[in-house]
Amino acid sequence: MGESTVGASPVTNQPVLRVTAKVLIPLIMLFALYVQFHGDFSPGGGFQAGVIFGSAVILYGLVFGEQRAARALPPGLLRWLACGGLLLYGGVGLACIASGGAFLEYGILTENPVDGQHLGILLVEVGVGLTVTSVMVTIFSVFAGRRQA
Amino acid sequence: MIEHLLVVVLLAFLAATAIAVIRLSNLYAAVMLFGIYSLLSASLFLVMDAPDVAFTEAAVGAGIATVLMLTTLSLASDRENEKPLRRGQPLKLVVVAVTGLALAWGTLDLPGYGDPDAPAHSHVAPRYIEDSPRAIGIDNMVTSILASYRGFDTLGEVAVIFTAGLGVMLLLGRTISSGSRSKSGGRKHGGSKSGD
Repeated sequence: MGESTVGASPVTNQPVLRVTAKVLIPLIMLFALYVQFHGDFSPGGGFQAGVIFGSAVILYGLVFGEQRAARALPPGLLRWLACGGLLLYGGVGLACIASGGAFLEYGILTENPVDGQHLGILLVEVGVGLTVTSVMVTIFSVFAGRRQA
Repeated sequence: MIEHLLVVVLLAFLAATAIAVIRLSNLYAAVMLFGIYSLLSASLFLVMDAPDVAFTEAAVGAGIATVLMLTTLSLASDRENEKPLRRGQPLKLVVVAVTGLALAWGTLDLPGYGDPDAPAHSHVAPRYIEDSPRAIGIDNMVTSILASYRGFDTLGEVAVIFTAGLGVMLLLGRTISSGSRSKSGGRKHGGSKSGD
C-alpha cells in the first residue's frame, strides 16, 4: 500500500462517480455562495456556507484525488485563508474601535447605523466562511495525506 | 397532529439508529449510521422550525463529520476490538440506570417546548424581535443575533474552529506540508513548512 496514492485508488476510476461529481461540485459551490451572501434573508450564513463549500472541495478530493484538490487549493493558501478569515473578523471589530465605537459595534462604521450593521455583518460572515472552509479542507487533506505517507 | 406524528416517527428512528450503532462492531457501518443519525436530527430541527440549526447539523454532522470519521478509519482499523462479554455485573447496570433516570428527572424541570414564558423567550428575545428589524434591518433575525448582538460569541466560535484546524495541522500535518512524501522528512522540525 506504500506506493498507492488517493489518486490511484479504485474510487477515482468509477465513471459514474466522476461524472456525477463533476456535475454536482459546481452546483454545491454555487449553493454555498448563495447561502453565504443570502444569509441576511434566508437560513444560513458564513458557517454553513463555509462547510458546504468545504464539502465541495472534499468531494473533489475524494473522487479526483487529493493531489488534484491540493493543486486547485494549495495547503499554504488555505493556511493564509484560515488566518485571514479570523483576522478579518477581528479586524472589523478593531475598525469599529478605531472609528470611535465599541468592539464589533458595526453601526459606527458608516453614517447610517443600519448600513454600518449591514456592512459589518457582511464582512464578518465572509471572515467566518473563509476560516471554516479552509479549516475543513485542511483537516481533511491532513488526514488524507497521512494515509498516503 | 401530523407534526406530532412526524416527531414521534423521527424520534423512533433516532432511537433505533442509536441502538444499531451500539450493537454494530463494523465501524464503517457505525459511521454511516452516525451520518443517518445526524440527518434525522436535522429533520427534527427542521420540524421544530429551526432551519439554521438543521442546516448546520446536516452539513457538519451528516457531511463533514462522516468524511472525517471515514478518513480516520482508513488510518486505523475498521473493526472494534472484541472484548469478551462479561455477565453478572449488576453494579454497572445500576449505575447506568440511576444516571439515566436522574437525567430524565432533570428534564422535568425544563419549560415545555414552545412555552412563551420560558426564560429563553422572556429574557432578551423580545428585545431582539422588536428592535432588530429597525436597528439592524436584516430579514433573517438569526443572522442579526449571531453576527451582531452576539458577535463576540461568534468571534470566539471562529477562533475555536481555527484552533481546531491549527491543532490538527500541528499534530498530523507535517507529512503533507513538506512537498515530498518521505516518511523521515516529515518528522523534522524544518523550514519546509512555510515553503508553499
